Amino acid sequence: MSTLDQDRATVLSRIRIALGVTGADGAREAAVADRLRRHPRGTIPARGLQSAEAGIALLEAMLASQGAEVTRARTPEVAVRAIADTLRVHELPLRLRMGNDPLLHALPWDAALELEWRFGAAEAEDRAALSRAVAAAAETGSLFLVSGGDNPTTLAFLPETHIILIRAGDIVGCYEEAFDRLRTAFGVGTLPRAVTMISGPSRTADIEQIIVRGAHGPKRLHVVVLG
Amino acid sequence: MTTEAAATRGRPLVGLFVTCLVDLFRPSVGFAAIKLLEDAGACVEVPESQTCCGQPAYNSGDRGQAKAIARRVVESFERFDYVVAPSGSCAGMLKAHYPELLADDPSFAARARALAAKSYELTSFLVEVLHFAAVDASFAASVTYHDSCSGLRELKVRDAPRRLLASVADLTLTEMEETEVCCGFGGAFSVKYPDIANAIVEAKARNIVKSGVNCVLAGDLGCLLHIAGKLAREDRAIECRHVAEVLAGMAEGPAIGHARKIG
Amino acid sequence: MSRMSGGSDDASPQSFKEGASRALADAKLQRALLNVKRGFIAKRALAKSKLPEFDQLRDEGRAIKDHTLAHLDLYLEAYERKVIGCGGSVHFAPSAADARDIVLRLCQDAGAHLVTKGKSMVSEEIGLNPHLEAAGVEVAETDLGEHIIQIRGEGPSHIIAPVIHLNKEDIAEDFARAHRGLPQGRSLATVQDLVAEARAVLREKFLGADVGITGANLLIAETGSSVIVTNEGNGDLTQTLPRMHIVIASIEKIVPTLEDACTILRLLARSGTGQEITTYTTFATGPARAGDSDGPRQYHVVLLDNGRSEMLGSEFRDMLRCIRCGACLNHCPVYGAIGGHAYGSLYPGPMGAVLTPALAGIDHARDLPSASSFCGRCEEVCPMAIPLPSLMRKWRERDFERGDPPLAQRLALKLWAFAAKRPRLYHGLGGVVAPLLARLAGAQGRFRSLPFAGAWTGTRDLPAPEGKTFHELYREKTRSGMR
Repeated sequence: MSTLDQDRATVLSRIRIALGVTGADGAREAAVADRLRRHPRGTIPARGLQSAEAGIALLEAMLASQGAEVTRARTPEVAVRAIADTLRVHELPLRLRMGNDPLLHALPWDAALELEWRFGAAEAEDRAALSRAVAAAAETGSLFLVSGGDNPTTLAFLPETHIILIRAGDIVGCYEEAFDRLRTAFGVGTLPRAVTMISGPSRTADIEQIIVRGAHGPKRLHVVVLG
Repeated sequence: MTTEAAATRGRPLVGLFVTCLVDLFRPSVGFAAIKLLEDAGACVEVPESQTCCGQPAYNSGDRGQAKAIARRVVESFERFDYVVAPSGSCAGMLKAHYPELLADDPSFAARARALAAKSYELTSFLVEVLHFAAVDASFAASVTYHDSCSGLRELKVRDAPRRLLASVADLTLTEMEETEVCCGFGGAFSVKYPDIANAIVEAKARNIVKSGVNCVLAGDLGCLLHIAGKLAREDRAIECRHVAEVLAGMAEGPAIGHARKIG
Repeated sequence: MSRMSGGSDDASPQSFKEGASRALADAKLQRALLNVKRGFIAKRALAKSKLPEFDQLRDEGRAIKDHTLAHLDLYLEAYERKVIGCGGSVHFAPSAADARDIVLRLCQDAGAHLVTKGKSMVSEEIGLNPHLEAAGVEVAETDLGEHIIQIRGEGPSHIIAPVIHLNKEDIAEDFARAHRGLPQGRSLATVQDLVAEARAVLREKFLGADVGITGANLLIAETGSSVIVTNEGNGDLTQTLPRMHIVIASIEKIVPTLEDACTILRLLARSGTGQEITTYTTFATGPARAGDSDGPRQYHVVLLDNGRSEMLGSEFRDMLRCIRCGACLNHCPVYGAIGGHAYGSLYPGPMGAVLTPALAGIDHARDLPSASSFCGRCEEVCPMAIPLPSLMRKWRERDFERGDPPLAQRLALKLWAFAAKRPRLYHGLGGVVAPLLARLAGAQGRFRSLPFAGAWTGTRDLPAPEGKTFHELYREKTRSGMR
């Protein structure tokens, strides 16, 4: 037995001795398999079970209180203008990095021809990036971003300004609904390399409990709710 | 009154658990407790065989001695309808800890559970069991009430003393900040870690002074000795009394740590 | 045998009391500790008040953990299958030394010169950084608080707010000294200045790191995921940019499903900092997939035992429910008086008082479970309903059985117990002592000093007894027919 296998056996056998069980117990295995298969929900807070419109309002309020800027864009054109305006308002270069997300690419960018584009994972010099969240949970204003070529993870962390687009129809009330959507999209019992719940711009309170934005991640988070 | 007499008159028979600190330091609290219980319609007896609830041994890790003492307490008090202590700490010991302490003892496990079920801190017993929520007393003072930790967290004693105090004439109750924070007594803790205990009681004293009251009340003599000791060391003219004294209208005597009236 | 490396000195009786005295006399520390009381306590209360379902979730969180612990072997195996299935590797580490060696070997296999680290208490517990550095690997802590204590060469003073004991002037001095190559006269006067500088300095580390090491707040068996919660984003940069990501987590961090993770996440930030949720909550599952534009090519999880399996089979099992939120520290009057360093342990406060003896041995940590007034606030605020005072008492029992408390104490207790089982003796003694003390105190009614009571009277007056004991007076009244 290799050291690796030995260490594994050591830890597992210690646990079984501590619990007073053997590794071959049908009832225990069934209990575990059952919970993993059914993944039962616990109590969902009432605030996560509201109507769609109430959910959107809650999401916006939570994000605002957590330091993000939020814009509601009824049409794709408005969304595009809002994204361009974010850069302008904060006196940033009119340059954006994004991934291959088809929905983002399909936005009417000719309404903002002044924007310059870079694609792919973020690089150190990028000042601003645009991602799309595949879901959002209104209960704490949390946007779910998923790794991959469409919305590389680094877009959300390297540049100092991050813009996230979310379709109103992708906003759900609670975390569990968001994860159910991910199960539908990516399969049961698995997840993409990184699923990041983002609920505001980067911050720290490590020094004297005083909150400062932009500790390592973006100083600024702008969320555009489309639809 | 004997058990038989109490039973025929339909009054509950209460065994008073005096507590070490009341016995040694402030017997007037014990007599105040008796008066309140009798006014509320109970018959009170004080078994002579009682000494201590065993907490000093229990909290020092001497489980063997704690059990030995607990058995004696069970024996001394199980004949009563109720066991009442003017202390959240001691009542908590009987109610929250005796069952676990004697769980492995076949002769005492059930008896400990039975005793726990009928053990109470004084003010919550008066209000919740005897439905005695108003006293006939007056105490002209501006008062704050310190919630002792055991009473508050083990026995949920919070509203009962306040309800009773609300019925005391001429008394105004002001809640201090952090009323639910420990006073730093903790039994042996106050002398094993005196500097830390002192820091904690200094914070409590600051909150008391900030509240502007001239009297502190509590349901536990341990807390009161600690708080009174700190206030006296700081030369504060703030009285400390057990809530039972005030409720029973027996608060004319010196406050804790004083030989005559202060302020 | 101590399983712990992290933290400063051990919590032996001398050093704990010394540390506590120093802390109590440290005016700057005392001011800083007010931040704990005012900040975290108020914020948690507010967050709890905004979530009516909090207590219900707490019960469910406790049940999830208890169920998981009862099936820990099976959930770890299920978790391992999932991690391997998506291209990651799992390494079981029975001891701290095993974990250190595994991580070093992985770093060496990756040809690592520079390693970035997200905040991980477990990595400090096993003494990882010195081990890597001794082998020539540069380690850069990236959490702002951890970076500061790294350059100061000290341990954290709080499990989620490592530098709560410092003020900005201290940190400005540290940065001026440790951040080389930056202009001498630059402003480090404001907190914003300090954060901006840390951001710039650590950004170089993020971008240059070969390996990123994080802890895990949770491991999820259903998907083989590790979860980190941060506000800064340093954890994400640490686990995304380098070519290898190593997760080091103790075995009790595992929960069965994503739904179970949701329940616990609802409790974690609210209990610790009073936030509804931390800025970033990231679920990492395996290495980069084909088609990913970023992410590590290798994903390794080191599962640490180091005493947890032993706790599982002991009367301290409940402690394994701990999710490291820090609420108990924040609400503890002892922690609030002396701060974290005085405990002399990586894990201070109530949770440290229970966990440290389990990891380091009770003989090295005797004062921790002893220095508690058992006020019970820790248990009250613990989101996992861990009976912390009871567990501290169990350590006191173990200590007592070993015969370790000082002879004077044991003798005093023995004499007292002897009397307490003999009512007449007990009452007789009281009948002598009480009037005697009352007379000694005389007109004052209290003692400014008293032989044998110096521990009390050093800082507090001791109220005198009224005179006769209750039992004596009661007997008199009964005899005279007044009752």
